[in-house]
Amino acid sequence: MHWSLIIYAGIITFVTRFSMIFLLKKDILNDKAKKILSFVPAAIFPAIIFPPIFLDDNGTVDLENNPKILAAIFAIIVGYLSKNIIATIFAGLISYWFLIFFYF
Amino acid sequence: MNNKLKNLVKGIIDVSPLMIPVVPFGIIYGVIGMDLGIGPYMTLGLSIIIFGGASQIVLLQLFSGGASTLVVLSSVGAVNARHVLYGAVLSEHLSSLKLSWKIILSYVMTDQAFAVSNNYFKKKGKDANEHYHLLGSGFTCWSIWQISTILGIVLGSVVPEELGLSFTISLTFLALLISDFRKFKNIIVMFVSGLVATIGFNTIPFKAYIIVAALSALIVATLLTLTDLKKK
Repeated sequence: MHWSLIIYAGIITFVTRFSMIFLLKKDILNDKAKKILSFVPAAIFPAIIFPPIFLDDNGTVDLENNPKILAAIFAIIVGYLSKNIIATIFAGLISYWFLIFFYF
Repeated sequence: MNNKLKNLVKGIIDVSPLMIPVVPFGIIYGVIGMDLGIGPYMTLGLSIIIFGGASQIVLLQLFSGGASTLVVLSSVGAVNARHVLYGAVLSEHLSSLKLSWKIILSYVMTDQAFAVSNNYFKKKGKDANEHYHLLGSGFTCWSIWQISTILGIVLGSVVPEELGLSFTISLTFLALLISDFRKFKNIIVMFVSGLVATIGFNTIPFKAYIIVAALSALIVATLLTLTDLKKK
């Protein structure tokens, strides 16, 4: 990796944070735009979450020999019930360790 | 205690509970950076220069997958799109500040700092020094993120690969979505994004699967929002 890539990524991140604070005198985004922007995490995080869970090292979908799917489902259930970020992460991680050490 | 210091301390206190999940996230990030072999300086460099967990992870993931600079950068841009919303919401409270203040506060404006300071601004009436609250919450996030990155760098050399810590990336992002699990529309948007990314992982050229998936899901989100507004 080259430092320039890191610096460009840093600039992009900064500009998205800075742009509206710099440009707007007051909040001008309408409710529709805000509603749509509020979907951004739901639109982007699954694109990061799904492929490493469902795909094996060769990039093919692996549904059978795959402890990650079960661990992720367990994490989702815990997350849904507890609404607690740390509980969700640890539920997924501990169930994953349990599965790879005892079943897979 | 004067007003500035009071706001600053309040910001630190308000954001503190939200720092608990940031610590494991930062450690995991540091471990992964070391795992991918970019070395301690670059791993910490990303945390200081970019200062955004999701952006940093996406950058590492795509870079190690062999994506081009353009794809890496546009994916980082897509991940950051939510900050535009934060900026727009906060601009009302920060518009009268000096440019140097705007630069500093933009640099430290994370999800967590935005959440607590926006809440504070809404509750509190006019106060010329309210931005000290964001300074306090933002720099608390910053310090915790750097410290946990360093912890991860140190641990990265001792954590065995069999523990599958890379799986914790997926889990961390999953955990960030738990507030969306109870909203039906958000679940639809999540499935569209995940499905397009998984299918497109090998078929979409240039490792652009994150951008394509995010855009497809946002189009669906837009349609859902517009049909909802028509009903009313």
